[in-house]
Amino acid sequence: MTAREDILARIGQAHTAAPPAGPAYEEISRDYRDVAPREPEADPVELLVDRLVDYKALVRRAQPDEVGSVVAQALHERGISTVVAPPGLPAEWLEAYEGEVRRDDAAGNAALTIDDLDHTDGVVTGCAAVVAETGTLILDASPDQGRRILTLVPDYHLCVVLPNRIERDVPQALARLDARRPLTFISGPSATSDI
Amino acid sequence: MSNAVMLGMPQLPPVSPRGVGNIRAQEPFPAAARRALADSQLRLNLGKATRTIRQKRAEVVAEVPGWEELREAGRQLKTHTMANLIEYLTQLEDQVIARGGTVHWARDAAEANAIVTDLIRATGSDEVVKVKSMATQEIGLNEALETAGIAAYETDLAELIVQLGHDRPSHILVPAIHRNRAEIREIFLREMADADPAMTDEPAVLAAAARTHLRRKFLSAKVAVSGANFAVAETGTLAVVESEGNGRMCLTLPDTLITVMGIEKLVPRWSDLEVFLQLLPRSSTGERMNPYTSMWTGVTPGDGPQDFHLVLLDNGRTAVLADEQGRDALNCIRCSACLNVCPVYERAGGHAYGSVYPGPIGAVLSPQLTGVEDNASLPYASSLCGACYDACPVKIDIPSMLVHLRAEHVEESRAEHKVPSAEAVIMAAAAWTMGDDRRWSNAIRAARLGRAITGKRGAIGPLPLPVLSSWTSARDIPEPPKRTFRDWWRRSHEGGRS
Repeated sequence: MTAREDILARIGQAHTAAPPAGPAYEEISRDYRDVAPREPEADPVELLVDRLVDYKALVRRAQPDEVGSVVAQALHERGISTVVAPPGLPAEWLEAYEGEVRRDDAAGNAALTIDDLDHTDGVVTGCAAVVAETGTLILDASPDQGRRILTLVPDYHLCVVLPNRIERDVPQALARLDARRPLTFISGPSATSDI
Repeated sequence: MSNAVMLGMPQLPPVSPRGVGNIRAQEPFPAAARRALADSQLRLNLGKATRTIRQKRAEVVAEVPGWEELREAGRQLKTHTMANLIEYLTQLEDQVIARGGTVHWARDAAEANAIVTDLIRATGSDEVVKVKSMATQEIGLNEALETAGIAAYETDLAELIVQLGHDRPSHILVPAIHRNRAEIREIFLREMADADPAMTDEPAVLAAAARTHLRRKFLSAKVAVSGANFAVAETGTLAVVESEGNGRMCLTLPDTLITVMGIEKLVPRWSDLEVFLQLLPRSSTGERMNPYTSMWTGVTPGDGPQDFHLVLLDNGRTAVLADEQGRDALNCIRCSACLNVCPVYERAGGHAYGSVYPGPIGAVLSPQLTGVEDNASLPYASSLCGACYDACPVKIDIPSMLVHLRAEHVEESRAEHKVPSAEAVIMAAAAWTMGDDRRWSNAIRAARLGRAITGKRGAIGPLPLPVLSSWTSARDIPEPPKRTFRDWWRRSHEGGRS
């Protein structure tokens, strides 16, 4: 008997000795979905900014035509002289930036190595979704975010959040994600410190 | 024809085998707890840490209007999953394989350790970076790898402190909760070749030292070993929930990723994570959301490890599933809220439980994984106050389970010893005495003799008698009254007739 067959047989034995008693899937209580949110009238954008500031993230707001200049200013103030850009990052987001841009293009054989990334000051990405209530940025490795490694190695991450990516709570954000993509949820710094 | 006797007897799954892993207490809880209680530094560290985390948890739980509804959904989801475990495990397996991963099954700790060791050897590497994982602590993977000549580097800050201190974890979430800043500085100076002697004991400085120590390892490691907080049967997605970002590093940078996961960690569908990703962070660290969560499904070409192995671990879990009154312990999501609210844990600390699963959940899980006789003192490591049940995000009724396991222990020792224990003799004598009015009156009058051994505090302390000695070693018996209630009643209501 393989370990697989053995373990599945043991589960069968356990269920014989103690007949299962759980509800059918459709009957699982979902009452939590009907409970009204605590601040139903709060603007998700305001809620998000509040949470991000709470995490000590630096938040800047920009009108659609200002993104390039606001990004350039943020990078300049931080003293970032080299940034990584994922392959599908909108060109206008970095058009006003005067430092060096290293574009990662894994498909086109121009993938940055760990060593390249370790010698880059920062990274600029978009995001797949954001949870306002918890201040969570969610990356799913889409072209405007790139491979997971890009946001992992450089010390500085600038994330551009478009209004249509903002969801109020965790269930709404999960509902718009594709589980089969590699996902990273980021919610502020650790109570101890980041590695 | 001895086999015929077995017919009709349901066969039960085996418990976790002896001789491997870290879930069997080496000494009974009372002895270990007595030593821990004498350590005033430990009590100070624990009291401070658990008080802070209790406060944070209470605040973020209070801000969720549907918290009780979420707990109920969590409980029902877990109960449903355990009832359909075969279906969901095989579904998970299919999904992981379909996305380029390899699935291994391990009956017990020894088998899991052997699988992981062989997988690492096959890569040609002799070192691995590790994400903090209860499952690999449970099976003693680091010890097994060391024997095989493979160096395992813990990358969670607290787990690193435990590893460098040649110590054992004492909390599910904060394994070094028993250490304070000064002690951690000492450990770092002693064990890290690259530590700066001028390092202070500020938390930020200590974390920076760990970062410097670990970062090169992250960037060069070829193999990582992790656990998993959740696995989604529907999609084959695995999730690791963490605080420091070290998990992201391990799950993304190496070529090979090996994940060891207990078979109970499943959720049926992707959308079910909406329940657990709300329950877990608030219950464990008292945060609205933990700083980093990573999810992956098999292998993603060009992004992250290109070789992924999932090891599904039984190691006594199916034995737990076979006990109707104990199986809900498998619903645990390892948040550690029950540890932080437990008055016994707060004073005795995690090491006293002798298993990597300490506190209330450990007191019900460890004895079930090993068989109650191998951790017989743990079901008694509780005052049954019920705080753990109230705090549990999936509503595990730990107090009832403790009572059930105590009864099981009494049954098993009775069956084992054949001759009645001193306890059984006393209980039989008590039943005889209490069964008759006159015998009872005489007995309680005789109890007044107990006043002769009463100590200065007006209580009877430790007594050198069987059973009474173990009862009175931890409890004082109040001094018996001069006159019994029955005597008083007779004199004042029946004119002294007897």
